[in-house]
Amino acid sequence: MAVNPKDRPSEERINDFDEVNLGYTDEEAVKEAQRCKECGVCIKGCPVRINIPAFISQIKKKNFKRALSIIEKDNILPGICGRVCPQENQCEARCIMDNPINIGALERFLADKKVPKDIGIYPSKNNKKIAIVGSGPAGLTSAFELKKSGFEVVVYEALHKLGGVLRYGIPNFRLPDEIIDEEIEQLKKMGVQFRTNFLIGKTLYLDELLDKFDGIVIATGAGLPRYLKIPGENSIGVFFANEFLTRINLMKAYKFPEYHTPIYKGKKVVVIGGGNVAIDAARVARRLKSEVMICYRRLEEDMPARNEEIQHAKEEGIEIKTLLNPKKIISKDDGKIKKVKFVKMKTVGKQQDGRNAVVETEEYIDIETDIFIEAIGQIPNKIIQQNSKGLEFDSWNSLKIDENMETTKNNVWAAGDVVSGAATVIKAMGEAKKAAEKIIKEIGG
Amino acid sequence: MRNQIVKKEKIASKTYSFWIYHPEIVSHYKPGQFIILRVTEKGERIPLTIVEVDREKEIFRIIFQVVGKSTRLLSKIDENEMILDILGPLGNEVRINKDVANILFVGGGIGIAPLFSKIKEFLKEKKLKGSVILGARSSENLILENEILEITRNIYITTDDGSKGKKGFVTDALRDLLNTNEDIDLVISAGPVKMMKKTVEIAKKNKIDILVSLNTLMIDGTGMCGGCRIEYDNKTRFTCVDGPVFDGYKVNFQQLIKRNNQYHSHECKIKNLEDNL
Repeated sequence: MAVNPKDRPSEERINDFDEVNLGYTDEEAVKEAQRCKECGVCIKGCPVRINIPAFISQIKKKNFKRALSIIEKDNILPGICGRVCPQENQCEARCIMDNPINIGALERFLADKKVPKDIGIYPSKNNKKIAIVGSGPAGLTSAFELKKSGFEVVVYEALHKLGGVLRYGIPNFRLPDEIIDEEIEQLKKMGVQFRTNFLIGKTLYLDELLDKFDGIVIATGAGLPRYLKIPGENSIGVFFANEFLTRINLMKAYKFPEYHTPIYKGKKVVVIGGGNVAIDAARVARRLKSEVMICYRRLEEDMPARNEEIQHAKEEGIEIKTLLNPKKIISKDDGKIKKVKFVKMKTVGKQQDGRNAVVETEEYIDIETDIFIEAIGQIPNKIIQQNSKGLEFDSWNSLKIDENMETTKNNVWAAGDVVSGAATVIKAMGEAKKAAEKIIKEIGG
Repeated sequence: MRNQIVKKEKIASKTYSFWIYHPEIVSHYKPGQFIILRVTEKGERIPLTIVEVDREKEIFRIIFQVVGKSTRLLSKIDENEMILDILGPLGNEVRINKDVANILFVGGGIGIAPLFSKIKEFLKEKKLKGSVILGARSSENLILENEILEITRNIYITTDDGSKGKKGFVTDALRDLLNTNEDIDLVISAGPVKMMKKTVEIAKKNKIDILVSLNTLMIDGTGMCGGCRIEYDNKTRFTCVDGPVFDGYKVNFQQLIKRNNQYHSHECKIKNLEDNL
C-alpha cells in the first residue's frame, strides 16, 4: 500500500498561510521507498534527469544524506520541486506500479531533513562570465549548472526578493518562503552572485550586459497577465491574479497592518480560470475569510491545475462551477463591482489535446460578487529587449530560440516560461539545464 | 554607496527632497521616468518620479510629501543613510510632437515635482518656449519655485488662500492664459487627479493638446500585476509600462479617481492606529 503524507485538516489550515502538506516522517518515507522496484523508468519522466532509483535506494537504507546528495547532482532545488512539480505527469506517470511511488514526497522529505549539505564552493575556473536574467526556477537552475562547471555567474532580479514566480506567485501554504531562501542560500554558498532591483532593459540594457559577460541566459518567465478584455474590467474589486497573489505572497498583505501593503477584501470572491494560479488565488481568498467560487469554462476534468490542488481547494470549501464564461462586469455607482454576467457553455466533443471543446449557449446567468479575480494565464514580458536590438519574439510574446536554446542574438540563450509561455516549474528547469549544457559546450566549461 | 542619500532637505511643509547616489539609474535615466522604492523589510513599494539627475555626481533627486505611513518612514531616513530597495528607472521617456514650439506647464501641489522633470527637459535642455503655472494650497506648500525661475521667468503662481501669487486655482490661471495666449500648442499637467481632469477639460475646450503625468497605485512597476491599470481610449493600459505620461483626452479620469480611492479605508486604519500610539 502506498504511504501518503498527511495534510493538515482543512478547518484548521484555512485560518493561516502555513503549509498544508505535512510531509513524511522517517518511518513513512522508508516504508514508501521500500515499495520501489528501482527499475528506473521514472528518470525518463524527469526533465532534469534525477537518478530517482538511486536516491530511493539510499532512503531504504536510511542514508538520507547520501540520498540527498544524489538528487543535488542534478537539482539544487529539491525542496521546491518536491512541493510544486506536477510529478503525477512526470516521473510518477512513468512508474510501473499500479499506485505510483510518491517520488515528489520523497524528494521533499530529503530536502526537509536539513542534513548538513556539502555542496561545496565552485571556484571560477574558466575565466568566463555568464549573466542570468531572472531568479525564478529557470534562472536558478542555469546558475547552478553553470557555476558547477566553473563559470562566474551573476543573477539579475527585478524585484526586491529572489525567486521569481516561486516568490510572488506560489502561496506559502504550498511553498514556504524559508524553503526558497534555503535553496537560494545553497547557490550563494557555491559562489553564485545575485543582484536584486535590477531590471534588464531599464537599469542596465541587454547590450551593456553583453559587453561585460561572455554569455547571457534570459530566464525572465511569463510576467505579464493575460486578461479577459471584457466591459467593466477596471471596476474596483476586479484583480488580475498576479496582483492579488503578489500583494499576498511577496508583500505579505495578509499581515496588514504589520506589513504595510494592504489587500482589498470582500465577502464573496469569484475566480476565473482552471490552472494552478486560479486555484492558488481561490485558496488565498479563502484564507482571507471570503466565500469563494471558481468558475471555469470547460469541465472540471479539463482543468490544467494539479488534481491534488483542486481536491485541496474543495476540502477548504471552495465551490467549482463549470461551463461558465464571463462576458461583462457590472459595477455600482461608486465603481465597485456588483455582479458578473456569464454565458453558459456546452461541450461539443473533444479537442486534439483530449480536453472537452466548448461553445457558448444562448443562456446567461448573473453572479453577484465583491471580488473578481482573473487567472487566465500569463505571457512573457518584453522589457528585456528595450534599448537593445536583435531579440525576436513570436506573436504570443515568447522568445524565439533555436534547437540549442540560443536566441536570435549571438551569445544570448533563453529558458523557461519566456520561451514556452506559462508552463511548469520543472519544465523551465529542464530547459535551463539544456541551455546551460549548450553554453558549456559552446563557451567552454 | 548605491542607494545612499547624499543630500536631504525639507523644502516645504511636510515635503522633502532627497538626492540619492545610484550610477545605473542616473546613467539610464530619461525624463519622465520614475523609481519604486521600499523603506523597510515590511514596507510597501512606493513609486516616485525622478525629478532631475546630476550625471557627474551620479545622483538623482526625488521629492515627496508625507501623506501616510510609508512616506513618513521615508522622511525619517537621514542623510548618508541608505534606502533599502530602489528599482528604476521605470516607465517611458516623455515625448512630444516635433512641431510643438510653445508649452504651457501646469503643476499643482506635490505634482510640481514630476512636472519639473519635463520643464527641465523641454525648456532648459531642448530650449523650447514655454510658461509655467504653479499652484499650492498656500505659500508654505509651494515647491521648486526658485529652480523653475532659473529656467524661465514666465511663472504664474496661484494659492488657494492667496498667501502667494493670485488667490485661486491653477485651473483659473490656465483658462486665462489659454484665452489670451494663442501661441501655446501643448499643455503638460501634473498634480492631483481631480486637478488634471479639470485641466484636460479646459484644454479640450480650447482645442489644445494636453499630456498628463499619472500617479496610480503600483506594486511591481514592470507590467506584472496590473494594479496601476487605467482605461485609456476605451482600452486597458498600465501606467507603469505604458505611461506614466498619457494623452489627457483619452484618460478615463472618473474611473481613475475611484480606483485611486480603493485603499482609502486601509489608509485611514493605519492613520488611526498611528494616532493612537
